[in-house]
Amino acid sequence: MSDDPVLRARGLRKEYGRDEGLVRAVDGVDLDVAAGETVAVMGPSGCGKSTLLHLLGGLDRATGGQVWLTGRRIDNLGERGLARLRRSAVGFVFQSFHLMEELTAVENVELSGLLAGRSPRAARRRAEELLDRVGLADRTRFLPSALSGGQRQRVAVARALANEPALVLADEPTGNLDSAATLDVLQLFDSLHEAGQTLVIVTHDARIAATADRLISMRDGAFVDETRLTGGTTGELGALLRLED
Amino acid sequence: MGRLLLIGRLALRDLRRRRGEAVLLLLAVLAATTTLTLGLVLRDAAADPYRDTRAATNGPDVVASGPSDRLVGLATAAGVTEHSGPFPVAKAKIQAGGRTSDVQAVGRDADDATVDRPELIDGTWTRAGGVVVEAAFAGALGLHVNDVVVLNGRSFSIAGVAVTAAAPPYPQANCYFPCAIGGGADVPPGLLHNPGLVWLTRADVLGLTDSPTYVVDLKLADPNGTEAFIAAHDHLQMKSWQEILADATDVAKDSQILLLIGAWLLGLLAVASLSVLVGGRMADQTRRVGLLKAAGGTPGTVTAVLLAEYVLVALVAAAGGLAIGSVAAPSLTGASSGLVGSAAPPPLKLSTAAAVTLVALIVAVLATLVPALRAARSSTVDALADAPRRPSRVGWLIRVSARLPVPLLLAVRVAGRRPRRAVLAVVSVAVTVSGVYVALILDGFLTSHPPYGGYDDAQVAALRHVLLVWTVILLGLAAVNAVVITWATVLDNRHASALARALGATPRDTTVALAAAQVLPALAGAVLGIFPGGYGLFAAVIGITGGDSSRATLPSPWQLMAVVVATVVVVAGLTALPARLGARRPVADGLTAPG
Repeated sequence: MSDDPVLRARGLRKEYGRDEGLVRAVDGVDLDVAAGETVAVMGPSGCGKSTLLHLLGGLDRATGGQVWLTGRRIDNLGERGLARLRRSAVGFVFQSFHLMEELTAVENVELSGLLAGRSPRAARRRAEELLDRVGLADRTRFLPSALSGGQRQRVAVARALANEPALVLADEPTGNLDSAATLDVLQLFDSLHEAGQTLVIVTHDARIAATADRLISMRDGAFVDETRLTGGTTGELGALLRLED
Repeated sequence: MGRLLLIGRLALRDLRRRRGEAVLLLLAVLAATTTLTLGLVLRDAAADPYRDTRAATNGPDVVASGPSDRLVGLATAAGVTEHSGPFPVAKAKIQAGGRTSDVQAVGRDADDATVDRPELIDGTWTRAGGVVVEAAFAGALGLHVNDVVVLNGRSFSIAGVAVTAAAPPYPQANCYFPCAIGGGADVPPGLLHNPGLVWLTRADVLGLTDSPTYVVDLKLADPNGTEAFIAAHDHLQMKSWQEILADATDVAKDSQILLLIGAWLLGLLAVASLSVLVGGRMADQTRRVGLLKAAGGTPGTVTAVLLAEYVLVALVAAAGGLAIGSVAAPSLTGASSGLVGSAAPPPLKLSTAAAVTLVALIVAVLATLVPALRAARSSTVDALADAPRRPSRVGWLIRVSARLPVPLLLAVRVAGRRPRRAVLAVVSVAVTVSGVYVALILDGFLTSHPPYGGYDDAQVAALRHVLLVWTVILLGLAAVNAVVITWATVLDNRHASALARALGATPRDTTVALAAAQVLPALAGAVLGIFPGGYGLFAAVIGITGGDSSRATLPSPWQLMAVVVATVVVVAGLTALPARLGARRPVADGLTAPG
């Protein structure tokens, strides 16, 4: 892993309301994520995990603090700059998949490439490669409604990787999946980790968090604990996580 | 009965819950019903001034003209109760105010006739060397009491200005001599052209000509039996009071045609407007439909509940349109200054009320039946889950859009997600532009030289006013339509726009996309509105009215280009703000929107 952090945040804050109605969704978070590292952020519902992820990826504006991505400060970028950032440096995986219902799997994946200015042929080729990589080579022409939850999330992961981002942010990627689908997606994230992809995964599921290099606990908008996990996982992922019972 | 009450109650409650939308629905149908009412009642309203004049002047039931010896026996003909005349009539040229016009001069020494007593609105009756001018003719030539005019080379002083029901107001006329009403330089020589009516003394009339004709005014025992009376004396030239009324309300007749064209266009536009509004409302009522079905409502009951609120709106719009149209009709009759009194709101006929109500109901049902049936047949479980309506997939559009720049890629896909809405947008613009196209032709026709139909400037202005009224209503409704469609598109695409931004589209990309998703259908609609829309509509108007299309000047290519460009610019302007507002929300907020 490289020494320069891919992602750095200092004093990150997100507040809603004012005076007696003030809510601190993210309260002074500091975070460094090294290249190739997988960081899991855990906490109960409503602790600010998803809000943190949105701030790190430029999907929402912070009330205070700074964020750097690949050495570039992003919290003071305009919407146009953030959009360009999302094209090239960040990929998102959402709990609800957020696929376009009217596009096939390959059309969903190639959309990122088209928005980044790739030619239709190059975007299509890249999309097909990624779908093959996530095990959906035979499902490229399927609409999301014809795919299982696990398959849809794999399409979403492929889409997140379309423009070779420096960082992938995953918000509860297995939150809507059954056990079998969860295992599939976990294996996928594991392979991404093995390939050196930098990942920040927000989850309330301890089994998912156990696959990370580092586990951060979050409560009431702030980090309360940080644990470096040794060894990561082995090939016996399912048995280790007792997902195959 | 209980079921009917339930349906009514649910319909009213839903209308009250979304009052803004209910008002928009009402306005869309009201525009069509008001214009239709105006078209149906206008002529009745225009008839009032003539009826008032006829009563005030004891106007004749029949006016007969010809050689004196042939008219003598009419005074004692069967069915005749009173008569005046025969009066001598001479044709002459009048020179006044720098203009030379044809006139028919009737010789009446004193205003003591029993039938047809022209009512003086200024001055006194005829005297030697004096002339009384028909009021509309005086108005057209700018003549006043004590002005001096020249008739066939002889000077006369204007003694008075009067109105009569024995002849229609200028520029219409009873042709006591061969004459032509309307037309231009192509009037055959020897015919009087748009002759005005004046009264002189008998001696002065006989001094103008060696070969006068004569006119006699008759009252019948049965004023409605004029047709039979004229048929019984078909060897004589006669004109009934009904024919004079028709001539007097000729402007209103043409106004009526213009209004009916407008009503037709507004009806079509109302269907498109309602379809867009109804589509959005149905999407919001998904869960309500699920609850009804879960509680035991049959598809028929659900359809009835969904239709009921729109039927209610249609009935209110019909009533409103009938009321507003009746009250407004007198202001559009183009009533001539040649009659006493003014147009009053006419009594509503049952046939008019039925026609307007039927049209309102048809508009409402056409716009709502398909969405209502679709909603009623939806899965109860899906409806209870309030799942958003899945976007449509148009495969070839998606493939083609991949080759376009990002804003157009997104715009085409936005339009493709709701193809029915895109089609409605095209239809709305096409209907509007075809109306503008026909309005341009008709306005050009009205302002051509010589004036259309022989009308004077005031009457042409009245017709142009009518044309302007429905053109403005049409453009207003189309503008409301464009904004509503854009808002519906923005709301429907909150999630998709946020997702596109999450994947790297800029706010400008999504703003331009949302606006372009309206502009592209508008461009298509504008072109279709000219051809075949405008061409077809104008051909239909000519076919229905029996007009002569060779006399019309079609808009030039430059004018048509300007219409298309103006349509695109206006739609872009109307949709830019909603599109921009829609793109300003944070991406994270948009991702939680239903999609």
